[in-house]
Amino acid sequence: MIPPDAERLLAALAEQIRRDLKPGTAMVGIYTGGVWLAQRLHQMFGLATPMGTIDVAFYRDDYRKTGLRTGVKPSDIPFPVEDADIVLVDDVLYTGRTIRAAMNEIFDYGRPRSIRLAALVDRGGRQLPICPQYVGAQVQVEGDELIELQRDQSGRLALAVTRRGA
Amino acid sequence: MAFNPQIGTDGKLKHLLTIEGLPMAVLLHVLDTAKSFMSVTAQEVKKVPLLRGKAIFNLFFEPSTRTRTTFEIAAKRLSADVVNLNIATSSQTKGETLLDTVANLTAMHADMFIVRHSQSGAAHLIARHVGPGIHVINAGDGRHAHPTQALLDMFTIRHYKGGFNRLRVAIVGDILHSRVARSEIHALTTLGVPEVRVIGPRTLLPRQVEKLGVQVYHDMTAGLEDVDVIIMLRLQQERMSGALLPSAGEFFKSYGLTPEKLARARADAIVMHPGPMNRGIEIDSAVADGRQSVILPQVTFGIAVRMAVMSILAGN
Repeated sequence: MIPPDAERLLAALAEQIRRDLKPGTAMVGIYTGGVWLAQRLHQMFGLATPMGTIDVAFYRDDYRKTGLRTGVKPSDIPFPVEDADIVLVDDVLYTGRTIRAAMNEIFDYGRPRSIRLAALVDRGGRQLPICPQYVGAQVQVEGDELIELQRDQSGRLALAVTRRGA
Repeated sequence: MAFNPQIGTDGKLKHLLTIEGLPMAVLLHVLDTAKSFMSVTAQEVKKVPLLRGKAIFNLFFEPSTRTRTTFEIAAKRLSADVVNLNIATSSQTKGETLLDTVANLTAMHADMFIVRHSQSGAAHLIARHVGPGIHVINAGDGRHAHPTQALLDMFTIRHYKGGFNRLRVAIVGDILHSRVARSEIHALTTLGVPEVRVIGPRTLLPRQVEKLGVQVYHDMTAGLEDVDVIIMLRLQQERMSGALLPSAGEFFKSYGLTPEKLARARADAIVMHPGPMNRGIEIDSAVADGRQSVILPQVTFGIAVRMAVMSILAGN
């Protein structure tokens, strides 16, 4: 498939989120693509609450199968999670397992008032009851295809589709 | 390459027994992972679920407070179940062999053993005999190795100095009896530190220590000139037989770290010590409590580093 234009999807996503913003809304990006998106959105909205980042490696459910990968980033939630309204941002929503892990991690920092999920693309294939509030686009991707967000040196975002194992 | 029981047939780290022979990538994986574990202490719930349901046995055949406690905290922050065995009052004193003790604990479904023993090679022996899926961490064996201490010291150096490849590091004192020094020398050279110095009296330096790639100094004032990192070692009087030293007072005069001797190092040099410290024997209180001392941060970093080692091993 030919992937949609990530910059256009980001603009569409921003319009949806903007309607629900409150003065104290917090934003958390999931490494790596979700952090790039959250940085852009956070700046676009001029949010007062500092942005958070999460690497879900320590909360993944496949640790026993795959072990700990290299390059785990430190998670950083620089605001009080207790009673916060959080927009959680990821690039590609698929099985929902990453979101489950990210929510468990957020709850280890406190009890948020709400978490809303923003995903640049939703490729379907959910294995858990996870449903996003904001989606840039639904995409049809073959099971053996991988869709991922990339960022070039100028900071421009693009989606790339590759075949697994190719 | 020589048989290395730490690395499995799939090339992954199964046990941590010694730093010697481990590639730089493995050391960096531990240090990077530890950095990410540092943020767990910022959580309201200071735990991650990685090792839920795993049983970790602290097997300490030699007394230890700091190392045993930080291993215990690390395991609990990973959500493992921890059992501390007080060996002095256990069946070993009734004549059970080390391997029988381990076999019995394995029958209790142990997943990991943290081993401290006064005999060099004790952790290796256990690692050779445990079944697949059981991991062994050496928490200090005789004079041989103390790999997690070396790794937490590397973490400390990287934290304060940003990297390894432009540093001068001095290790001072009782090198002969120190498993920490041996592990550190291997770690520092593997990570690319260009100049490692060992400073101590002839009687407390191992024979041919320079073959490990270090420069030897007997004069501490000369040895500390322009160094970035000073690692002080504890004078291990309990391991000494015969007259290696005139007296503790004499030792302090020549090899104790005082503010005057510290002034020979770079102004931004850090002072480290694996603990427990003998104040007034190898280190002056003014230095131990001074602004260049990072001795207490070392202890804090030790928890994150041990979390990293345990979670990497248990996942392999």
